[in-house]
Amino acid sequence: MRRSRFLPWLGFALGATYFLLPLIATFEFSLREKRDAYSFLAYANVLNDPNFRATFTYSVTVAIATIIVGVVLIVPAAYFVRLRLPALRPVVEFITLLPLIVPPIILVFGYIRTFNSSSFLPLTNSTTGTNILLTFGYVTLSMPYMYRAVDTGLRAIDVRTLTEAATILGAGTPTILARVIFPNILISVLSGAFLSFAIVIGEFVMASLLNRPAFGPYMQNIGANRAYEPAALAIIAFVVTWGAMGMIQLLARFAPKTSARQE
Amino acid sequence: MSMNMRDEFLRLDGLTKTFGASTVVKDVNLSIARGEFVSFLGPSGCGKTTVLRMIAGFETPSAGHIHVDGRDVTHLRPNQRKIGMVFQAYALFPNMTVAGNIGFGLKIAGMGKDEAAARVSEMLKLIGLTGFEKRYPYQLSGGQQQRVALARALAARPSMLLLDEPLSALDAKIRVSLREQIREIQKELGITTIFVTHDQEEALSISDRIMVMNAGRADQVGTPFEVYNRPQTRFVAQFVGTLNVLKGKVADPSRRAVQVNGTLINIAHDLGARKAGDPISLAVRPESVSLGSHEGRESRLHGQIDEVSFLGSVIRVRVGVGGDNTLSLDTFNNPAVPPPVAGSPAEISFSGKDLLVLQD
Repeated sequence: MRRSRFLPWLGFALGATYFLLPLIATFEFSLREKRDAYSFLAYANVLNDPNFRATFTYSVTVAIATIIVGVVLIVPAAYFVRLRLPALRPVVEFITLLPLIVPPIILVFGYIRTFNSSSFLPLTNSTTGTNILLTFGYVTLSMPYMYRAVDTGLRAIDVRTLTEAATILGAGTPTILARVIFPNILISVLSGAFLSFAIVIGEFVMASLLNRPAFGPYMQNIGANRAYEPAALAIIAFVVTWGAMGMIQLLARFAPKTSARQE
Repeated sequence: MSMNMRDEFLRLDGLTKTFGASTVVKDVNLSIARGEFVSFLGPSGCGKTTVLRMIAGFETPSAGHIHVDGRDVTHLRPNQRKIGMVFQAYALFPNMTVAGNIGFGLKIAGMGKDEAAARVSEMLKLIGLTGFEKRYPYQLSGGQQQRVALARALAARPSMLLLDEPLSALDAKIRVSLREQIREIQKELGITTIFVTHDQEEALSISDRIMVMNAGRADQVGTPFEVYNRPQTRFVAQFVGTLNVLKGKVADPSRRAVQVNGTLINIAHDLGARKAGDPISLAVRPESVSLGSHEGRESRLHGQIDEVSFLGSVIRVRVGVGGDNTLSLDTFNNPAVPPPVAGSPAEISFSGKDLLVLQD
């Protein structure tokens, strides 16, 4: 008996409308800068703005730094928790969830208070120091996503047996991490990396309070002073974020397969 | 092979392992000769894998010592022991090809590219997978994966090979062919090998000696023939092979006479400190029992056929002989002779020499 597909399609259409309608409206509005005709003038204005390029480049650089620091910190941590300290997993999971509970504004005030010019480690004294502080702040913000992505990757492989197999063949821990574990969770790491990238690109609070020339504060500034450009910027930001998500989907197809061929 | 004459390669002295309050391995002592194939046999949770993992270096003994080739390796790290190991779950590196997997240990050891490639080819030839170099593990069947895991373990020419239930995940036909291949390779290379299994048929068929483990202890160490025919404990007797247990009473300890269902049976084994009238449990293998009278099998019991199971070349018959006593016996399938029929009366015969006295 064929079941009617009307209701599932109706649900899908309602959901799609709910999410797409504001986006379509924003896109339509972003094309209205010229009177009586649709044009990409607002996009041209945004893309030709030297501040757009400077802030976007800055945010991309910080995002890459965030991803590198995050991977170096989280992959070994998640690996050791899974392998040697499984009892600590609930504690670590709770810690990694904290950035979702503590608002970024609290986090950044904490950072400023701890690392200000009169502190034991005055990171805010210099531009480089502040950039480092911002990067570390972003590592914290993206930790829930990066940790979960890495942990999911580790769950998909038999970490203990692979580690033991490599150990008995003579490998030490750095070799095992670099040549056995990391390549097998690469797709998960990249998923976490793209999520981190999406978060960092649009982040406003930390960059603004640390007074860094990032893309988030730039978008806020444009939004407060221009009419059509903010809509164009929102669409650009969506495209960047969706591009990152699309990359996750694409890369998932190349994940190492672990099961044996069926005879 | 005499224990004194052998060239001892591995020695376990009083090996004990405790996890919290539970002692999973208790005072295991074992000596293995160079080139010997020894199986650790026992049910799940008996401690056999823990002993293997202590030999590999993945677990540290709570007490006792491990000597390999005269050297105490108890506290050496696994990557310093030069041991090859094959795991139940294959444990091939999914991101590497077959050649990459086999060559992994060689790369770690710093072997040159050409020499490593030659060794990989040699290993592939050994396991009969030449031409599979560029395949990934997911492109191989379970049996092929385990052969690659074996080649990977042997590639760096380890001093000893540990096999942790390597056939458990495979289906029956492949298990038999792969265990034969493992034994052939082991003989060809002359490598000292320890094989952990819970499958008694596997252990009996390929081992030089078997250590039967029960609740963390080594109940018996012996050749397959000894373990099967002369089990030293009730556990070994019941775990290795199919065993019929007959309950009876001691009739005359001096003449080693036992009464089962009113029939007097003279047994070959000493009855120990048992007195007349004491209950006694006797064990006999199905192949030592015949349906009907049989030359050399002087003891007879009468009963009724309860069940007939057709197993292909063999027919297994269960005969109830009164009381709680039921015996299984095997007869060869002869297409010209009709099989026994359940419900019909039967006489069974066996020799008192084949009866084992079980220690309770």
